[in-house]
Amino acid sequence: MTSSTVRSEFLLGAKASIPVVVAALPFGLLFGALAVENGLSVTEAVLFSALVYAGASQMVGIDLFGQNVAPWLIVLSIFAVNFRHVLYSAAIGRRLGHWSTPRKALGFFFLIDPQYAESERKLQNGQSISFAWYMGMAIPIYVAWVSEAAIGAIFGGLIEDPESLGLDFLLPIYFLGLVMSFRKSPGWLPVVVISAAASILAFVTVGSPWHVSIGAAVAILYAVIRVPGQPGART
Amino acid sequence: MTVNLWIILGGALMTYVARAGGHLVLSRFKTIHPRVQAGLDAVPAAVLTTLVAPAAFNGGLPELAALLVAGLVALRAGMIPLFLAGAVVLILLRQLVG
Repeated sequence: MTSSTVRSEFLLGAKASIPVVVAALPFGLLFGALAVENGLSVTEAVLFSALVYAGASQMVGIDLFGQNVAPWLIVLSIFAVNFRHVLYSAAIGRRLGHWSTPRKALGFFFLIDPQYAESERKLQNGQSISFAWYMGMAIPIYVAWVSEAAIGAIFGGLIEDPESLGLDFLLPIYFLGLVMSFRKSPGWLPVVVISAAASILAFVTVGSPWHVSIGAAVAILYAVIRVPGQPGART
Repeated sequence: MTVNLWIILGGALMTYVARAGGHLVLSRFKTIHPRVQAGLDAVPAAVLTTLVAPAAFNGGLPELAALLVAGLVALRAGMIPLFLAGAVVLILLRQLVG
């Protein structure tokens, strides 16, 4: 790859990061503010975002910090929320055969929901994922996310009414957009309907964060079972 | 090392294990069974829907309207327009209703 291609790939990735950076902004700040409120230092809040780098699980972790829960249980909860990344890793990893091992090792660190979704969308459009594009998307999101933890931790008390600005509901809108972007893939509608029903049911009965794993597992199980009887099933 | 730091390091390690582990396990198999393939194909819609559905279920009128408008815009336009449309509807209705 020539240096100009690398540059344009990186910029394309950076462009894809823009809506993610905007959507994640309030959550990054909110995380920093809540972290301090729940007993973490500013440094610990920043380290949390920099090392774990997984929004939803960080929120769950912080929530438990405030409730005096056993340390191993907090770690286990973070893992439970992030268990879906095993699936992302398996799905994306097999398409990164042209990456060197160190690049893969680094790339997997940045494999958050939107990073996975945009990568998958690129693959479904018949394009391959270059390391430059991938990092072009990952770096702005990461830098913004870690900075927001610091800003939120320092100035946490200053956001008085985040709800009137709609800040708390931007991520679901963003995730819906991602769900919609996959609507042309085979069997999309039943998978979405089953996942929605199962996750709501799990949310009401078992509770958060398990609704993510349970809802996804039920819908994926359906997709797995459906295969052989279907004419023209893909291999 | 404080307990907080251990929790953060433990959480970071487990998250990375999830992100690298799926590939490490799957790459041990030379061929992928059609059912595994079908399951992997379903992953994005299956997982991302669980991040939307309960939020919609718990939402009031502004939240549902925002998702509906964003969903409709998504049929015609890309990520940024649908995101902005949803956010505008949400904020306006929250000012009016809330």
